[in-house]
Amino acid sequence: MIPLTHMMALSSAIFAIGVAGMLIRRNILIMFMSIELMLNAVNLSFIALGTELGSMEGQAIVFFAMTVAAAEAAVGLAIIIASFRNRETVHADDLTMLRW
Amino acid sequence: MQSGLFWFLATLAILSALGVVVQRNPIHCLLSLVVTLLTIGVLFIAEGALVVGFLQIIVYAGAIMVLFLFVIWLLNLPLESGPAGPIALKFLGSVAAAALVAETLVFVLPPSLQVKLTVPPPGYGSIDALAEKLFSEYLVAFEVTSVLLLAAVVGAVALARRMPALSAEGRAAPAQAAAQTERA
Repeated sequence: MIPLTHMMALSSAIFAIGVAGMLIRRNILIMFMSIELMLNAVNLSFIALGTELGSMEGQAIVFFAMTVAAAEAAVGLAIIIASFRNRETVHADDLTMLRW
Repeated sequence: MQSGLFWFLATLAILSALGVVVQRNPIHCLLSLVVTLLTIGVLFIAEGALVVGFLQIIVYAGAIMVLFLFVIWLLNLPLESGPAGPIALKFLGSVAAAALVAETLVFVLPPSLQVKLTVPPPGYGSIDALAEKLFSEYLVAFEVTSVLLLAAVVGAVALARRMPALSAEGRAAPAQAAAQTERA
């Protein structure tokens, strides 16, 4: 068995990398990928804690998180396409007007 | 699981996650993200969450990442050139992320992390156990999820569809406004 501490530390490291990507990068696609990283880090800690406690709740929540992530990816990417079509940019600093 | 395998997977996951953040070409970032998701899926399976681990690999690393890939291809992005944004921002972002790691590590260090250790029951992580949870305790949430997915599909199609009349109008409006201000 992997110690819970290791899994939680790995999860926190991946989450922080996602946060850093969100703060550092200005390409909206890569900011989106950073969100996926953060979601997965949290899923990892859910699974680790669920195994530690021997309950299936963690896995059920991860299942729902995955579904929501799929919906979010579809809608988010559609928004990116729509905004790129009108503005010709994926640079977050250029997308200031929140309209298309 | 062997602890050597854990360290290998953890190193791979962190390196590829860093790859997502630091690489310049979006396609390379995406491929790094796929590697991260695959390693996380393998860790799920190693933790005993068999079904969720396979779902992670098939749905997440497979389907969602292919969606990203098609969008990147569809946009036909020009390569980013030069550093994007001020250096101070990058520095501050890295410091903030490091502070976040330090903060969360305080909570997961052994003395502060108190969980009731139990041996997983037989059948833990199997599709039976997951389905039993999903269709009894989380039945309402499961049904709402299907509505959410339907709404997302309709929304995505509506947003990404080409709307010639609307976009022409949207482009014409600022031009008219500019002409009016010029006249004034």
